[in-house]
Amino acid sequence: MMNSTRCAACKYLRRRCSPDCIFSPYFPPNNPQRFLEVHRIYGASNVAKMLEKAPVNQRAEAANSIHYEAHCRIKDPVYGCAGIITLLNQQINDAQCELAKIQAEIAALNGHHADILPPYQQITDASSFANYPVEGDGAFPATHDPSFPQFYLNS
Amino acid sequence: MGGHSPCASCKLLRRRCTKDCPFAPYFPADDPHKFAIVHKVFGASNISKMLQELPVHQRADAVSSLVYEANARVRDPVYGCVGAISYLQNQVSELQMQLAVAQAEIFCIQMQQDPMAMPTPQFDDDDEGSFLLQHNLPQYLNFASSSSNVIQESFKKESPFGRDMVS
Repeated sequence: MMNSTRCAACKYLRRRCSPDCIFSPYFPPNNPQRFLEVHRIYGASNVAKMLEKAPVNQRAEAANSIHYEAHCRIKDPVYGCAGIITLLNQQINDAQCELAKIQAEIAALNGHHADILPPYQQITDASSFANYPVEGDGAFPATHDPSFPQFYLNS
Repeated sequence: MGGHSPCASCKLLRRRCTKDCPFAPYFPADDPHKFAIVHKVFGASNISKMLQELPVHQRADAVSSLVYEANARVRDPVYGCVGAISYLQNQVSELQMQLAVAQAEIFCIQMQQDPMAMPTPQFDDDDEGSFLLQHNLPQYLNFASSSSNVIQESFKKESPFGRDMVS
C-alpha cells in the first residue's frame, strides 16, 4: 500500500517516496503546482541532478530558485528570467538618469557645481545583458564574472 | 548525394541530423558547448518541446535566453540567474529610495526659496513598488542574504500561487 504522505514529486511520478527521496524536503504534497512547474521545464531527473549539485544546507534555496526560474519561463516562454534581468537593467538605467537629473537640479538650486553628490555606482554586473535579446548569441554575461560571487559573501 | 553535416545537438545525441531537425538552426556544429550546456540543464527533449511551442521567429531568442540561464545555473548551482535578479532588485530598491530622497530635497529647497509657490512634490507613483509586482511575478528580494524564512515572506507577499516556499 502506497504511503499517503508521498511528496508532490513522487505523487506525480506515481512512485514510492523513499525516506531519502531528494525531492520530498522541497516539494511537499500540499503544493503539487510547484513540482509540476519545475517538471514541465526541467524534468524530474534534471531537477534531482541540480539539487544533488547544491550543498545540502543550500538545497532549499536551490529548489526555490529552480522553481522561480521555471515559473518565469512558463510565464514568458521566450525570455524567462533573462527577460526580467534585461528589464531590471533598463529600470536601473532609467532611475540612474533620473537621479542624475535631480542631483544636477539640486546642485543648481543650491548654486553649486553639478557633481555635489557622488555619482551612483554603475551597475556592471549583469549589465552586459542590457542589450538582450541578441540573435543567436547566448554569450555568458558579466553577471558571473569573478567579482560577482562576492555579493553572496556579504550575507 | 552528400548530406549536410550534423548540428551540434545531433552530434552530441549521436543521431542523424535530418533536414527538418528542430535544433539545427540554433545549435550549429561549430559551437558544441552551446547545446551541451542547455542539454545538461534542461534536457534535449524539454528544449525541443519548448521550441515547438513557440512561433519560429521567436525561437532564436528563446534559445539565447535558455543558454544564458543554463550557463548561470552551471556556474551557480544554488541560485542560477535568480542571483542576478535578486541583486538587481536590491539596486532598484536602493535607487528608488535615493530618488525619493532627492525629490524630497528638491521640494524642500523650492519651499525654502519660494514658500509662496507651494510646488507639488513630483513623486512618481508608477515607480513605487517592485518592478516584478508590476509584471505580476514573484519578488525574490534579499534571498541571497537570508534564511529561507525571509524568502518565504517575500514570496508569499506577492506570489500568485500561495504557499510555494518550503521552510
